[in-house]
Amino acid sequence: MIDAKTLADHNLTREEYELIVKLIGREPNLTELGIFSVMWSEHCGYKSSRVHLKKFPTRGKYLIQGPGENAGVMDIGDGLAVVFKIESHNHPSYIEPYQGAATGVGGILRDIFTMGARPVAVLDSLRFGPLDQPENRSIMDGVVSGISGYGNSFGVPTVGGEVYFNECYAQNPLVNVCCVGLARKDKLFLARARGVGNAVIYVGARTGRDGIHGATMASAEFGEETEHKRPNVQVGDPFKEKLLLEACLEAMARDLIVGIQDMGAAGLTCSTTEMAAKAGTGMEINLDLVPQREAGMNPYEIMLSESQERMLIVAEPDKVEELKKIFTKWDLEAVVIGKVTDDERLKAYFHGQLVIDIPVKAVVDLCPAYRRPARTPAFLRKVTRFRLPEMPSDLNQVFLQLLASPNISDKEWVFRQYDHMVQVNTMVLPGADAAVLRLKGLKKGLAMTLDGNSLYTYLNPRRGGQIAVAEACRNLACAGATPIGVTNCLNFGNPEKPEIMWQFKQAVEGIAEACRRFEIPVTGGNVSFYNETEGKAIYPTPVLGIIGLVEDTSLVPSAGFRGAGDVIILLGENKEELGGSEYLRLVFSEEKGQPPALNIEKEKRVQACCRQAIRSGLVRTAHDLSEGGLAVALAECSFKGPRPIGFQVKLDDRLRTDALLFGESQSRIILAARKEKARKILALAKKMKVKARIIGRTGGRKMVIWHRKKKVVDQPLELGYRAWKNSIPDYFKVKKT
Amino acid sequence: MKFGVVVFPGSNCDYDTFHALQNVMGQETVFLWHKDHDLRGVDCVVLPGGFSYGDYLRSGAIARFSPIMREVKKFADSGGLVLGICNGFQILLEAGLLPGAMLRNKNLKFLCQHVHIRIENNRTAFSSAGHRGQVLRIPIAHFDGNYYAPPDLLSELEKNKQVVFRYCDEKGKLSEEANVNGSAHSIAGLINRQGNVLGMMPHPERASEKILGSEDGKIIFSSMIDYLEKKRGTGKKKATRAARPAVTPLPPLIGTF
Repeated sequence: MIDAKTLADHNLTREEYELIVKLIGREPNLTELGIFSVMWSEHCGYKSSRVHLKKFPTRGKYLIQGPGENAGVMDIGDGLAVVFKIESHNHPSYIEPYQGAATGVGGILRDIFTMGARPVAVLDSLRFGPLDQPENRSIMDGVVSGISGYGNSFGVPTVGGEVYFNECYAQNPLVNVCCVGLARKDKLFLARARGVGNAVIYVGARTGRDGIHGATMASAEFGEETEHKRPNVQVGDPFKEKLLLEACLEAMARDLIVGIQDMGAAGLTCSTTEMAAKAGTGMEINLDLVPQREAGMNPYEIMLSESQERMLIVAEPDKVEELKKIFTKWDLEAVVIGKVTDDERLKAYFHGQLVIDIPVKAVVDLCPAYRRPARTPAFLRKVTRFRLPEMPSDLNQVFLQLLASPNISDKEWVFRQYDHMVQVNTMVLPGADAAVLRLKGLKKGLAMTLDGNSLYTYLNPRRGGQIAVAEACRNLACAGATPIGVTNCLNFGNPEKPEIMWQFKQAVEGIAEACRRFEIPVTGGNVSFYNETEGKAIYPTPVLGIIGLVEDTSLVPSAGFRGAGDVIILLGENKEELGGSEYLRLVFSEEKGQPPALNIEKEKRVQACCRQAIRSGLVRTAHDLSEGGLAVALAECSFKGPRPIGFQVKLDDRLRTDALLFGESQSRIILAARKEKARKILALAKKMKVKARIIGRTGGRKMVIWHRKKKVVDQPLELGYRAWKNSIPDYFKVKKT
Repeated sequence: MKFGVVVFPGSNCDYDTFHALQNVMGQETVFLWHKDHDLRGVDCVVLPGGFSYGDYLRSGAIARFSPIMREVKKFADSGGLVLGICNGFQILLEAGLLPGAMLRNKNLKFLCQHVHIRIENNRTAFSSAGHRGQVLRIPIAHFDGNYYAPPDLLSELEKNKQVVFRYCDEKGKLSEEANVNGSAHSIAGLINRQGNVLGMMPHPERASEKILGSEDGKIIFSSMIDYLEKKRGTGKKKATRAARPAVTPLPPLIGTF
């Protein structure tokens, strides 16, 4: 009998339990209950989010595969397809940072290569509590090492991403990993158990007792007993994953596979039921045949284990021998554990007994969807009605202070621990607005970026969602790329609280609207709810991953100034907007106001102009304006070139100087070009109805900004560079005692 | 010339090295499988970078027991040209084909970045296309690249001019800062006494095309091609040194891009 405690342990409500009984026509046994519990968890079943996720646009001209598969797929021409997806591994990374992050990488890699694509890039979006607290440093160190340890060994370059710090992540760090793969368009594989009588084959690592109920864990808040959940985190083996990749791709190339799915969250349960449900078939498996790492595992443990580096393959019976040979060549196990049936049920035997007998559609497709109540949070009124403080007298000093803020400062400490060059395609290294990969033998390339500003989303979730899309597209525009497809990771608190649900709904609607206006489909992604510890939620944090196509890689500009004497051009307009800025947060400890306004039509024109200028070969440097505003963007251009170089900039906008320097108005891009080409850029901008003007020149050993004939920033290059460069490493320096 | 790139389980720069040799340098290149006993008649063996067998023990410690390594040793003993890059260098050390050992990088972190190395000895089969004191910009990507050897061995290596590359700054000066991983005597590349086996931590295959930011790695491959052509007696002098332009077709490998 299933009692109330068992239900609570499985995160199921009484109503949900009654629905299960109705669907299967009897009381489930414990194993069956476990299966429903993971498949109907928030993590796998999207029960609170589904009604809203439908609002995303899912069609587009490059689209091959939208939501519903392991990853999204876009057509990039020349017979090639790009396969990409983002996933969160927030909860495990808090409990055990190294393995939590490492298996986050492992899981998303499998989502990509299960579709027949070779992973060619990883990007990650990381958020931690402030670095002055040692526990946050320890989490960050563990997470970065975990990503590095897994990705480097596997041999996928980690080419970009973002790292942010805010108190709200102190006990709930975010680790979102996005993987991009390449496949031949005619060689894509889907998770379908087609063909009654076909063999069901288990490949890869053995099943152990690790990660049981990982997905269920990720669907609840953390309390004080989090420590006890450590056994729910899996342990990664990147070496085995690399072998699995090569073996799977080899089997796929030889047409030995009918359908394939990785065993990620909910392991064997998810792969068997989903593959059968999608194909309208059933599956019969013998649990005694599942390769096991330890003796004495029961059906519950075998079905719910989240041991890593495993895949489930469906193949025609006469191909099994050849398939096994390939896996043996790569020193991996491949074991037939069952067959595809026509009764649309999952049946599993253990020691000769039928221990699972359930309809797959009930598990996969009939998970309840909730339209949870949503209510505007009361705190919003307090934080958005806000009077700007007096301007500090020494903005020159504030400039240095901003450069040293870990949210703005150099992230080399992080990305040099990642192998970002393996596979020899990375032509724009981490640190630029977007990473760019060349495609060997082709003129075109792929640009990719992750973006999200949770402070904006906290203050105004709808606008924050829109800005995340706009800024990610702007990053791509700075590489000359056209955005073609979107994946997103939506990190929020407990959806059972109406205020959180409101944030979610607003953010989704904002993202959906912006994606529609930019004409880019959302191809899938991930929702991570319950990012709360002891009742305190993180700021709503949608992270957008957008892929772009570069027509001609030889024209991709640098994010840094390339030499002295270049003319600096500002595309877009400066406005008096300081709400939600890093400046207010850092200097006044105020996380208040309205985030900057966004006019999507204007934004699109600015981006189109930037792209056109790049494609016409006019641009040497392009960098988008974001946290820290114009002054910080100029400094970043100074630091990110082949060697640091100064600038002289003159501005005459009738604005508060602090808003001019550090305000984060949207739809702005800095370009630098040779003098004769700068004129052409201005002409182009005029034609495209984009505001553009020359604001200064590169050169010298100083960073100087004049505002209405007053010198407001004047810093030696070296001083600014050191502040920016050393900020994060200094936190991690071993203090000599 | 025919190059063989060894594929150990866990090698992950095998395709990159193949691409650099075949598509960029225009040389016939084949893969050599770790379980095989056959070098397929190659003129040169390259042990690529990666994490052979996961490197869960010491880096390279298991790879040296691979069947193919028996053949590589025989090949090296008979004067065949062997290049070990990164994990390949670590394997050469473990296999005893080069002296010394690797420690963790001095900052105890994995390091992936462009570094500068100086050619210390250009009278080798791996560096003749450069000149002595020339500074090359080539990336590194490793956790265990902190070269160690006892003092007497170090002085022997120096005396015999076995140190081929040293970490330096962009002007060619040695310093503690430029020696990013903490290697003894700033050693980045080392040759055996006979001059036919070289190990280096930097990745020349990652610096062989302009679009990747540096072509300095080609100096190493060009030197090897020159040497092999002279050895074979078909030396068309320097005509082959200018490699074919970076090319077009995708490598004929399963799902690589």
